Amino acid sequence: MSEAEGDVLSGLFTGISDLKESRSVKGTPASRLPAFILGEELADLADHDPRIVVLTADLASANRTTEFRDRHPERFFDFGIAEKNMITAAAGMASCGQIPFTATFAAFCGILGAEQIRTDCAYTGLPVRVLGHHSGMSMGFYGTSHHALEDLAMMRTIANLTVICTTDANHLRAVLRASLKHDKPMYIRLGRGRDPEVYAEVPEIEIGKAIRLREGRDLTLITTGAQVHACLEAADALAEKGIETRVVDMHTIKPLDQAEVRAAAAETGAILTVEEHNIIGGLGSAVAEVLVECERLPFQRHGIDDEFVLIGPPAGLYAHYRLDAPGVRDVALELLEKR
Amino acid sequence: MTEQQTHGRNVSREYLEDRAKFIRLETVRLTKIAGAGHYSSTFSAAELLAALYYAQMRINPAEPDWPERDRFVLSKGHIAIGLYPVLADLGFYDAGLLEDYTRLGSAFGDHPDMKKITGVDFSSGSLGHGLSVALGMALSARMQGNDSRIYCMLGDGELNEGQVWEAAMSAGHFGCQNLVAIVDRNRLCIDGSTEEIMSVEPLTDRFASFGWNVQRIDGHDLDAIMTAFDALPAGNKGKPQMIIADTVKGRGVQMMEMSLNWHVGNLVGADYDAVIEEIQRGLQPVAFTEVRP
Repeated sequence: MSEAEGDVLSGLFTGISDLKESRSVKGTPASRLPAFILGEELADLADHDPRIVVLTADLASANRTTEFRDRHPERFFDFGIAEKNMITAAAGMASCGQIPFTATFAAFCGILGAEQIRTDCAYTGLPVRVLGHHSGMSMGFYGTSHHALEDLAMMRTIANLTVICTTDANHLRAVLRASLKHDKPMYIRLGRGRDPEVYAEVPEIEIGKAIRLREGRDLTLITTGAQVHACLEAADALAEKGIETRVVDMHTIKPLDQAEVRAAAAETGAILTVEEHNIIGGLGSAVAEVLVECERLPFQRHGIDDEFVLIGPPAGLYAHYRLDAPGVRDVALELLEKR
Repeated sequence: MTEQQTHGRNVSREYLEDRAKFIRLETVRLTKIAGAGHYSSTFSAAELLAALYYAQMRINPAEPDWPERDRFVLSKGHIAIGLYPVLADLGFYDAGLLEDYTRLGSAFGDHPDMKKITGVDFSSGSLGHGLSVALGMALSARMQGNDSRIYCMLGDGELNEGQVWEAAMSAGHFGCQNLVAIVDRNRLCIDGSTEEIMSVEPLTDRFASFGWNVQRIDGHDLDAIMTAFDALPAGNKGKPQMIIADTVKGRGVQMMEMSLNWHVGNLVGADYDAVIEEIQRGLQPVAFTEVRP
């Protein structure tokens, strides 16, 4: 089978078992692709953790949570094509002590369900894990309605929410395992499920800590998700031209590993961010925010510092957060004093 | 087991009438502190709130996180002003905390925050979410082998939100008999009557067709409310339970009854004193039954 023929959407609708048997991606056997381990890993974790429940929205056969359904039917809920209801119901379950994983296309949770994630999961601080799979443009010819190139920007502005991109199957396993010890709500972004292997074994990960996969002194590629594999290949190609390239898997978009960004700036002198996302608001913006604020240029972002604000009369709030005229004046003066 | 650890408590109708009056009086008092508040949609739900919290729900204020308590999701979160005094009165927190209602840094705003307020089972404010929350809680209770009930109060205008019907469909599908939804059918939304702006009827047929068992009652008649609660079946598998409570927006204060002017307002001067006095006299016959400006 040619690569072009193999370039179909993973696990969608029919022929899943055929795919599992026959299709490898860039040397990674199908059985070690994310699409084929999600349900299995969740079911394995649920064997040892009665809090885990899995919810999907008529996509169990696409994301293969069918394996969880078969092994833990009493803890599996198919909500039909009603993603907002699914995410909010997951929050209700989490308020009763459970750890719900919701799984659907990133377009239909990270975008369609953004308000439910913000208001019902993050504002309440409940440990809902929203899995957005087939993110970016990985739905290909299914079109813009099924693409999610804005989800990281939307999720990143939500206070209290941890945002993670998964790199490959082993990294996905590591993230799912780490999520059980994480007390905040999480948006977990997956690719199309046919993302080739970067990590030969399940890596030791720390949420909020980047993984430096390759050293280099001329340039750093800071990347995330499915682009990590491409960036490693690109670094090999650059090496042939004598350019030594550092590659950083910035799997946690929020909280961002600022020290790793600063180290890249100081030690390699050039940074290229690479992400399957609009350059506005995603990984590139997050890195830019760190870079601009740590350099000598007088710059500061003023606004709400990533929190749910106090409640009170509006005038009191504007004054408290220094968004009235005297507040802005004072912030400006403080910035200039740093110069 | 304390008295509060069983479904339903024996309290008199007079006591519940007095607590409904207390809810209205506190709503007026707290609105004065804030300078604006949701009077009329709280007044329409006063008897329902009183019956739920003082008679029906299995709760224990000494153990607010008791896993087997009944839970309440106030999907029409804008009447939190009527819930806060009840929670204080029951002992979830010191009533003195309400003196700073809505002031800078207060836990108590126009919509309830579960992270800041003991006894609030879920945060709300964005209409259309609460029934989904309650559905998730009901499914959890069933998974956990817990016989608690989940109550959810919705506004009638809120039924315009699509997510309500996603939740209604799935509650019927999953057969969550431990889920009890109450619609405060006060017939007004902000811009006019619900039937003019975006009609919601026929509510009984609509919910029944989604697999719910539906009761329709007078939401200001405490005997009818308690009778409807008494009719709720035990068990967590069967049909979700809907109580459509026909109410009068602004009930208890004549100038607010069925008036579009008092969804959010602020009583000042002689009006304030007159309204306090009117509420203290108790419910009089309904003065207005049709929407008016």
